[in-house]
Amino acid sequence: MRHGSYRFVASFLAIPLALYAIFVISPFVQAFYYSLTDWTGISPEFNFVGFDNFQTLARDAVFRQALGHNLILLIGLPLITIFLALVFAYLLNVGGRANAAGVQGVRGNGFYKLAFFLPQVLSVPVIAVIWATVMTSTDTGLLNSFTKAIGLGTSEYLADPNIALYCVMWVLIWGSVGFYLVLFNAAMSGIPKDIFEAAIIDGAGRFATFYRITLPLLWDTIQTSWVYLAILALDAYALVAVMTAGPGGPDNSTQVMGLQIADNGFQYGRAGYASAMGVVLFFLTLIIAAVMLRATRRDRIEY
Amino acid sequence: MTTPNNLSRRLFLQRAAVGTLLATGGSTLAACASGGGDDSGGGGGAEKTSENPFGVKAADPLDVVIFKGGYGDDYAKAHEELYKKKFPETTVKHAGITDITPQLQPRFNGGNPPDVIDNSGASALPSSTLATSGQLADLTQLFDAASIDDASKKVRDTIEPITLEAAQLSGKPLLLNYVLTVYAIWYNKPLFAKNGWEPAKTWQEFLDLCETIKKAGIAPMAHQGKHPYYIGQVHMDMAVKHGGHDVIKAIDQLEPNAWKHESIKAAAEAILEIKGKGYFMQGTEGLDHIQSQTAWNQGKAAFIPSGSWLENEQKPVAPADFETTAAYTPLLDGSKLPVDCTEIAAGEPFIVPEQAKNKAGGLEYMRIMLSKEAAGKFTELTGSPTVVKGAGEGLKLSPGASSSSALLKSGGDNNWTTYFAAWYSTMDKPIRSVWGELAAARITADEFCNRAQKIADDTAKDPKTVKQTRS
Repeated sequence: MRHGSYRFVASFLAIPLALYAIFVISPFVQAFYYSLTDWTGISPEFNFVGFDNFQTLARDAVFRQALGHNLILLIGLPLITIFLALVFAYLLNVGGRANAAGVQGVRGNGFYKLAFFLPQVLSVPVIAVIWATVMTSTDTGLLNSFTKAIGLGTSEYLADPNIALYCVMWVLIWGSVGFYLVLFNAAMSGIPKDIFEAAIIDGAGRFATFYRITLPLLWDTIQTSWVYLAILALDAYALVAVMTAGPGGPDNSTQVMGLQIADNGFQYGRAGYASAMGVVLFFLTLIIAAVMLRATRRDRIEY
Repeated sequence: MTTPNNLSRRLFLQRAAVGTLLATGGSTLAACASGGGDDSGGGGGAEKTSENPFGVKAADPLDVVIFKGGYGDDYAKAHEELYKKKFPETTVKHAGITDITPQLQPRFNGGNPPDVIDNSGASALPSSTLATSGQLADLTQLFDAASIDDASKKVRDTIEPITLEAAQLSGKPLLLNYVLTVYAIWYNKPLFAKNGWEPAKTWQEFLDLCETIKKAGIAPMAHQGKHPYYIGQVHMDMAVKHGGHDVIKAIDQLEPNAWKHESIKAAAEAILEIKGKGYFMQGTEGLDHIQSQTAWNQGKAAFIPSGSWLENEQKPVAPADFETTAAYTPLLDGSKLPVDCTEIAAGEPFIVPEQAKNKAGGLEYMRIMLSKEAAGKFTELTGSPTVVKGAGEGLKLSPGASSSSALLKSGGDNNWTTYFAAWYSTMDKPIRSVWGELAAARITADEFCNRAQKIADDTAKDPKTVKQTRS
């Protein structure tokens, strides 16, 4: 009987595991191998070049620039996204007035949840095209017309190398907040309401309840979100590829590692070199995820 | 708990990985298949005459694959009719597709490729790879054959010389680039006529014209800022006219200090002057080709740089009375070339595979394509000129096609072309980015020369770069 159940479980796992091995593990292993070759990507022949690609990479100024931009995103994206998502989730959950019926969210919170979540159902290129149109560089662009009308002046947004990267970051944040809002919202509704009520009876204000109760009880969820957002920040390829001039411009001001991999692999005929970049990105992601999980570790609170 | 954003990243990496798998899988297939095909080039065998220089057997079927992109494939059907008229017993198999590589790679690997291929578009077969593995037919015999229109002339004398130059790959003529692209700055003729404006010949005239246009409330010039190679085209055209063909030849051959030539610098200063005097449309640096060209169609800008595909591309949005008209770029002081020439390029490469079943028929099909009748049909159906000399004469052409043909004719031997972007793929995108900085006036002319030269030097130093030379 026991033997039979193993067979039963194995039969379910075989296909997903095979798919995972073929489409995830095998490409990773191959990328490691190709990173040690001078493969062009379209010829059947290539030579083994050892660590040449990695040595070139260490001196590659554009890649270093791209890495710097990913690091800016790595700091800004999780911080701002999690902050906004927490604030909104808190408002939706316990932001309304407390009355005899207990603590409740703001009125119409179902609608807000839906509205915030909406970007999640749009594909990334659609989001990129919408925002590129909103942030059109001419004075007659959508956002420019608005800011001009209320006396804020105009900006060239994605055409201005000083702020183009932050425009991309804003779109990343806009696209992510809704998902984490729903996630935090679900986690918050898991916190028993009587804890909040007890705190309010004890005279705790909104800020105190947030910092003393909500935040500690949500820590696990926040930690996971942080890692996910960090991985997203190390990528940003799709938005940059669709939205920016060049893409990656103006003047490499929005270059990210993902775009460098695509450019080298598919345009410059340096698939081996691009694989080396991929290997670097792989280890970077791994290290950052490990460090973040370690650094934010706290004792779990049971309730 | 995976967000769509994470998903898309995974998807991207997975697709890249699948591509890798396919590519390596394909190469092993190729290695297997290469053993089988030892009969190089089938077909032919009939008596070779001046009417039938490749000895096509009249009954042999012909297999044609056309990239069905911006030019469609109606022109090819017309060409096939001409082929059938010559060989009534034959059957022609026609395929108009866009995914050339996925569909044809297995046929090349299996040793049964089509007889003629229009190898264009985003998924075109990498011709350099095909060339180095000897899979493309040498077109010398085509260019040396008698022309259909005049048996006393060789085909090579009836086509633009640029085709013969662009045909070369690995030292042999292997590609027939059929379409001639004329680059220019374009304007709307009725708009200019209404205001009494004329395209300018000298730099001072151009500045005066821009001032007049600006005063009329129209931006003198727009460009496709998200793709800075369009404005780069204006820069290079003024530079080559100023310093002569040697300027661009030195750049294409990666010669030291080619980008620091005084003509490159003079033309860069001209671009900076256009920007500095506010003659570019406000915000054009952030617009893509569709947005900027649409603004131009709406009369918000007077000139826009582009190639001769522009008229066709803008057909859906251009007002009915809009007349897309080609103009030359103005001459800087001290220019060596006359004003009425421009940049041209031969594109849309047709190939005949070496292993084709009816290779002779493929070559004959190309010879028919290079007749005035076939080329005229192409221009009529697509509005684009071909590399066949004088094929557009007497046709009723659209304003865009007729004005670019006129520019082509007036330029003659002074028209110039460039290859560096195609030859050195690692140089193309970085140079474009520097053009973007120049057009936004964020760098000086000297900085432009230095930065472009640095990119060229890096390319020349790269051991993987295959340096090319040109005439």
